[in-house]
This record gives sequence, structure tokens and C-alpha cells, in this order.
Amino acid sequence: MSFLPKSPWLVHYDASSCNGCDIEVLACLTPVYDVERFGVLNIGNPKHADIFVVTGSVNEQNKAVIKNIYDQMAEPKVVVAIGACATSGGVFRECYNVSGGVDTVIPVDVYVPGCAARPEAIIDGVVLGLGVLEAKYGEKGKVAS
Amino acid sequence: MGERTIIPFGPQHPVLPEPLHLDLILEDEKIVGAVPSIGFIHRGLEKLVEKRDFQEMAFVIERICGICSFIHGQGYVQTIEAVMGVEIPERAKYLRSFWGELSRVHSHLLWLGLMADAFGFESLFMHCWRVREKVLDIFEETTGGRVIFSVCKVGGLWKNVDGDTLRRIGGVLKDVDKDIRPLADVFMRDYTVQKRCVGLGVLTKEEAFQLGAVGPMLRASGVAMDARKLGYAAYGNLEFEPVTENAGDCQARIAVRVREIYQALDIMRQCIEKMPGGEVATTVKGNPQGEYLSRLEQPRGEAVYYGKGNGTKYLDRFRVRTPTFANLIPLLHIIPGCDLADVPLLALTIDPCISCTER
Ligand code: SF4
Repeated sequence: MSFLPKSPWLVHYDASSCNGCDIEVLACLTPVYDVERFGVLNIGNPKHADIFVVTGSVNEQNKAVIKNIYDQMAEPKVVVAIGACATSGGVFRECYNVSGGVDTVIPVDVYVPGCAARPEAIIDGVVLGLGVLEAKYGEKGKVAS
Repeated sequence: MGERTIIPFGPQHPVLPEPLHLDLILEDEKIVGAVPSIGFIHRGLEKLVEKRDFQEMAFVIERICGICSFIHGQGYVQTIEAVMGVEIPERAKYLRSFWGELSRVHSHLLWLGLMADAFGFESLFMHCWRVREKVLDIFEETTGGRVIFSVCKVGGLWKNVDGDTLRRIGGVLKDVDKDIRPLADVFMRDYTVQKRCVGLGVLTKEEAFQLGAVGPMLRASGVAMDARKLGYAAYGNLEFEPVTENAGDCQARIAVRVREIYQALDIMRQCIEKMPGGEVATTVKGNPQGEYLSRLEQPRGEAVYYGKGNGTKYLDRFRVRTPTFANLIPLLHIIPGCDLADVPLLALTIDPCISCTER
């Protein structure tokens, strides 16, 4: 469990997912799951984000976009790959336009299984990501603030 | 008149979870043109029919889109059943219609929420999604999944739902109905909502028809066209009329979808009442040979499925024409002339589903 004094902000990008995992990511923010009550926000600006949440697999067209968002985020940062597609290509891995999971383009810290990944699993993944974030702060000899 | 500026909108942007990209050409604040570019989520799954046998393929087709997943699965199996001449049991037909309408309620609630978010009414967004969770609970109880269900198979369904459960669900649907009424009131009467939506993005009846709009986009312009009227699944035995509005603006599109939620709830009630007993699947022998084209009404509009078999367990070709693809052209027609700040709203009113469009 993590002791970061600050709630993580997320930036979400839908690589080539089927929407199933995306709407579950959104469902985490809305009543019933409501992670916003812990201060976890889904924001559009990569420069404000600590955790990059990616759903869906990688293809030729979106490779550059994923890389671009990742590069724009400030260090330290954590990548959470959500759903079978983002972790390995899932049902689409044999499609001609799918080159595999997100880890073929950027380093991934947490893999969340499921097709579609359940909101509980996604929240769990983000919490695990928090631990990683704290460790990364530690490596830099900094305390998160 | 100012100089022309091009503003890129997307692919990663805050209004939609999906990567829609438009190059907006502006003169001052007014938009004079929009150029879409697509392909960010193209997977090429139609070609997978050559690698997966026709029964397995139902699971892949369902993953075209996680919002209309059930109806995609249904469209696929319906096409293959027609090719093979399989007649499915009555109960399976009713259950398909039931889940189809449940998908419509969930999809429209999702859209209403996103729409509220787009015009900056966050609490309304949250309330829509709160009610939607009840619908997802019904899905989870009856199929085992929240967004991806995998219940359709060629020859019927993988799962049956017993009568007691259905009756209890009938009660839950009444609660859902009750929960939606106050929200619908806000969408239809609230001053700020009206301010943003009335008269925005008008599509006349002729334009809508000629540009090939489908679904709520078409019906909001006064054309009563609904593929469910073809009577596939159990729709032939259920009573309903296509919902239409005449104004053709954003407000009319909201109104159509709100009224379609009530309509879908009513159709589900009829399904529960009229559903006969018995099995939900027949055995299927042999492989598909021949071709067929079927049309289904998705929450977003009419989708067309084409399948061609060659007598082996792998199909030759499978193709889907999705509603968003049809609605992109009307969208590009209504964007020029509006303000930059209204683009998210306009893009949302077609209820875009990019995963479907690009597959
Ligand atoms: S993992 Fe499954 S539900 Fe999630 S995006 Fe991929 S196909 Fe869709």
C-alpha cells in the first residue's frame, strides 16, 4: 500500500480498444465506484498527469500518439495497461493492423487483465501503480509532495 | 474577415474517450470547414474471419464495440443463421430483443451523460451514469458481463434466463423508469440546456435523408425510419412506433434519445410478458454456404451486416457498415458555420462510436 500524500491524476488514451475497457475506465469515475472522492482525476492534459492509463492495442497510426503523450508527461510517471488488448493484443492480436500490446512502444508498469477489465480491477491496477510511483520517487531520492 | 487558421481537434482530447480527429478550418471563431482523419483504432478484425471459425467469430465481432456489443453479436449470428437456414427457438428471439433494448437504454444513458458533460453540466452526467449502473447490473445478472456479454451464438443463445428472474427484472425496470424521469426533465426543460442546444446544428428532413443519416440523427429530422420495423428477432410481435422529432437540431436529437429510452423500457416489458418457454438454442450442423445481408437497429442507427460463406468453417468475407460511418457525412455538413466552442457538442450529437467505424 502506498503512502503518497498526493492523489494521482490520470490521463487516459484509447489506443485501438473496442470501447469496452474505456467505458469501464469512465465508470470508475462515476457514482458507484467514484474514485474522484479520493482525489483521483481523469484529466485531458498529459503534463498534469502522474499515471498514463492506456486501453487497447497498438497499431501503426496510433504508435506515435501513444509515444507523444508518454513523452509529454513529467517524470516520474507510471503506465497502466488496461484489458487484454493493451496487455497483449487480446482477441485482435492476429489482426493485420495490430502490432501487439502497449509495451511494444512504451514501458508498462502495471498490467490489468480482463476483457473487459472490471472497474474493480482497474482501480486495483491504479492503486498498484501508486506503489510504483512512490518507488520511483524514492529512486530519485525525493519524497513526493 | 480574419485569416484562416487550422485547429487540430483530437485524437487525444478531453471530450470523448475515443480518438476522433478533425482538422477544423476557422475564420475568426467561425468554422468554415472540417476535415476528418481516421485510422487510430483500425484493427482489421473483419479479416479475422479467415482465421477463426464461424462459431468463434461471434466473440470477436462482439468486440467491434463495447457499447453496442450485444447487437453486433446479434447481427453477426443473424446473418450466419440466414445463410445456413437455421431457425432459432422463439424464446431466444425474445431474449435477443430484450437484451437489444437493454443495450439501447444503457447506450442512450451513456450518451446523455457524455452530452451533459460536453455542455458542462457535470452533476447531470454523474446522475445519468448512476442510473446506467442499474442497467449494467441487469446485464451482469443475466449474461455475466457488464459490457461484453458473449451470449449470442449461431443457432440461438449460450444462456437462458428463467421466468422468475425476468419478472424481478421487470420490477427493476420500473425503478429505472422512475429514476430517469427527473433527469429527462432537466434535459428537456432546463434553461441552460436549451440555450446550448436549441437551433444548433440543424439538419433538415431532406438533407438528413439525402446525406444518408441513420438512427436518432435521422429521426430527429422527422424521418420515421427504424430497422426494427423489419421485424427481425421478436420485433415483429412487439408493438412500437419509431420515435420522431421535427426540429432537426441538437435538442431534437436529445429528445429522440430520451423518448427512445422509454420506448425501449416498454418493449422490454412486452418481451417479459410475451416470452414463451422452451429451449434457447438449436443444434447447428454443417458450414455456411452462400451470402446474406441483414440490417439491424443499433442505438446509434442502422447497421448493415454482410456475410459470405464458402462451405468451410471459415467465412470468405464479413463486412459491417456501422451507423457512425453513415452519420459522419451529416456531421461534416452541420459543423461549418458554427462556433469553435460548439464542436464538441456537435460531434457528440451523432453519438460517435469510432471503434465501430474503424473496426
Ligand atoms: S480487452 Fe476486450 S473489452 Fe477491453 S478493449 Fe480489448 S476487446 Fe475491448
